Amino acid sequence: MTKKEQVLLEKPDVKKAEDVEKKAGTVEVFIMGKSYKVPAGLTIMKALEYAGYRYIRGCGCRAGFCGACSTIYRIEDEQKLGFDLACQKVVEDKMYLVQLPFVPAAKAEYDIEKLKPTESIILEIYPEIARCVSCNTCTKSCPQDIEVMKYIQRAVRGDIAKSAEISFDCIQCGLCAMRCPADIKHYHVSQLARRLRGKYMDTRSKNLSKRLKEIESRKYDTEIEKLMKMDKKEITELYKNRKIEAEEEGKRVVK
Amino acid sequence: MKVTSGYPDYMLKSIKLVEEKREKNMSKPVKPMSMKAREEILSMYHPDYMKGTKRELKVGIDKGMLLYNGIVDLLEAKPVLDPKDVDLSKIDYDVDLLFIGGGGAGTVAALFAHESGVPKDKILIVTKLRHGDANSMMAQGGIQAADRPEDSPTLHYLDIYGGGHFTNKPELARALALDAPGIINWHEELGVMYDRQDDGEFQELSGGGTSRNRMHSAKDYTGMELMRNIRDNARNLEIPVLEFCPVAELLMDDKGQVAGGVAFNLETFEYYVIRAKATILATGGSGRLHLANYPTTNHYGATGDGLIMAYHVGANLLDLDTIQIHPTGDAYPEPLVGILSTEKIRGLGAIPLNKNGDPFVFPLEPRDVESAMFIQECKQGRGIVTPTGMPGVWLDTPMIEILHGEGTIETKLAGEVRKFKRFGIDMTKHPILVYPTLHYQNGGVEINEKTETRVPGLFAAGEVSGGVHGKNRLMGNSLLDFNVFGRRSGIYAAKYVKKAKIGKLTLKHLDKYNQMLEQANIKPAKAAPIILPEYRGEMTISRALDIF
Repeated sequence: MTKKEQVLLEKPDVKKAEDVEKKAGTVEVFIMGKSYKVPAGLTIMKALEYAGYRYIRGCGCRAGFCGACSTIYRIEDEQKLGFDLACQKVVEDKMYLVQLPFVPAAKAEYDIEKLKPTESIILEIYPEIARCVSCNTCTKSCPQDIEVMKYIQRAVRGDIAKSAEISFDCIQCGLCAMRCPADIKHYHVSQLARRLRGKYMDTRSKNLSKRLKEIESRKYDTEIEKLMKMDKKEITELYKNRKIEAEEEGKRVVK
Repeated sequence: MKVTSGYPDYMLKSIKLVEEKREKNMSKPVKPMSMKAREEILSMYHPDYMKGTKRELKVGIDKGMLLYNGIVDLLEAKPVLDPKDVDLSKIDYDVDLLFIGGGGAGTVAALFAHESGVPKDKILIVTKLRHGDANSMMAQGGIQAADRPEDSPTLHYLDIYGGGHFTNKPELARALALDAPGIINWHEELGVMYDRQDDGEFQELSGGGTSRNRMHSAKDYTGMELMRNIRDNARNLEIPVLEFCPVAELLMDDKGQVAGGVAFNLETFEYYVIRAKATILATGGSGRLHLANYPTTNHYGATGDGLIMAYHVGANLLDLDTIQIHPTGDAYPEPLVGILSTEKIRGLGAIPLNKNGDPFVFPLEPRDVESAMFIQECKQGRGIVTPTGMPGVWLDTPMIEILHGEGTIETKLAGEVRKFKRFGIDMTKHPILVYPTLHYQNGGVEINEKTETRVPGLFAAGEVSGGVHGKNRLMGNSLLDFNVFGRRSGIYAAKYVKKAKIGKLTLKHLDKYNQMLEQANIKPAKAAPIILPEYRGEMTISRALDIF
């Protein structure tokens, strides 16, 4: 068997882009300057694969969560640069595109246990945030539409909670940091803000600490052991007749 | 040319029916199914019960076991590494603990091994893609832990065990339920921002097959929030990570112990010999094998490598005759097909409806049952078929706003809203179209409570392992799994290496495996593990020249 045959053999028989997009026609994209005709309606990621590229970098979860596939593009004759995720953005005709394989942006090292959520703590660890010139380029380059500049401004002012809240949906793709004229590493800054808030500022659960004590005192050990010793019929019966909270409520939600 | 924006007219007509019947549908919920009805529907419509999806394995310790074809294909393939190509006399990394996989399980394991006293320069995480590129990062809905007064670890245990059709290893299900609250507490200490009520208690929802509301979430980015914190901690501690260097095969020593692995640098094509006193397999799942030809929610690297490597050294497997299809994969628009819409959408009150706008299933059955019901609805002609031929049923998301007030979807399902908005669909106003998608590898390499496999020196944790969930995993238990068993593997492996002594390194097990294939009269067409899936256009591949 040739290598080619093996590759074809390994290719999974899932819905083929070729079949799906026959009707939709093709668009011309320029992958790092080279022209390829690809089916319309594909994401940038699938279009690159259709064209014959096999990803090593620039591809992770393929669903908009991991930030591996940040892509920079410009439509021919357009003034503006576009920023998006290759796995989420659909190709457009005459799109010139390149992916960012890596973002050089050092993260500060800290021991979260030794930090205190003071107003100046983020400034102490990432002093460069004070250099923000409010140009808003970070916000414009965010594929998640997060108000990046706003959470940096909040961090400068010492509002950790708000900075954490605004930045919550950050997928850490790094496009903000690559565009910033003040060399701020926004996504590292917000990681710190969120950890400080989660650890020191949000009220803790009393139920959880009670339960931990119960588990420590081995309250449930015998109960569970009893279930483990049941024969299949007995435990099936127990399982079948257990009360389902979501059903009892009629509505499946805690207020 | 302009791409799809919103729904085509014929779909909007069906949505009209959904809207007309919404009030009635909300007031008269469908009841959960009986055990018997569940079994019947599974046997008719779930791929686990279909003919032709599985076959008996002809080689190795589990010879005769029934597994999905795609997995048997790889187990009966030639080991990808030729021992002749590797010089074992030169050791590139010499460590106490090798963690294969930089997702949730591997990172948690490394953190706890470090905390248990293994110095960081004796730890190495190797990973196929970047640190954190894993299914862990993508889990949306939440993580289960029985911490409310009306709940208990015992009830959690019962849900896990019943949901797994009583096939789980009971001691693993117990560990999962009992360790859970401690894990949530660890997350609080790390700084995870869980969704909370004003009094600090967690907002907890129900998931499919759970008898109590115990799903803790961080919007619909729960896995991402966990993984971000865990990884940040590992980075602060400077735990060494080798990225884009998947392990292609495990190493053994002359005493029959696993003794590290051979990593393959995807960018330079060179190999590295890594000697380790203990190896923790945390390679995750196998969605990218597209078993039973399903699309998948999994990340790019989920190719089941760990199963194959572990089998090559003689570890045994469990429950790989089942796959988890998640009921609510996206069916429309086309670029989203196979991507997950979180179970939290149903947890918040959205009901699945057919093309006539009628409900047909209790929204929170266990995933396998819920999926089978969706498939039945479509096979019997009551689904909606998209312009590209993909069937689906509606998930009536606007119900959430009616139940919990306007703006709920935007705050609790930010990721979902963002995803659909790109394609002109407003899920706060219109339902979304869903169909089952390949989501999770229920089984895997058998472990015990200490995460040991049957081969000395080899531990396993997370999705690659088998026994925790039996033949069906419940929602919220996979984030929990990688934390509980990742932690345990770090602790127990750290203890193990204090006494472990490694002999002379060898790859002879691969020669032996090749012999076994020959004896079984198998002429392998493929080599495995495959490391990355193949999605290039067929035209390109057929013209490819192997000259460079």
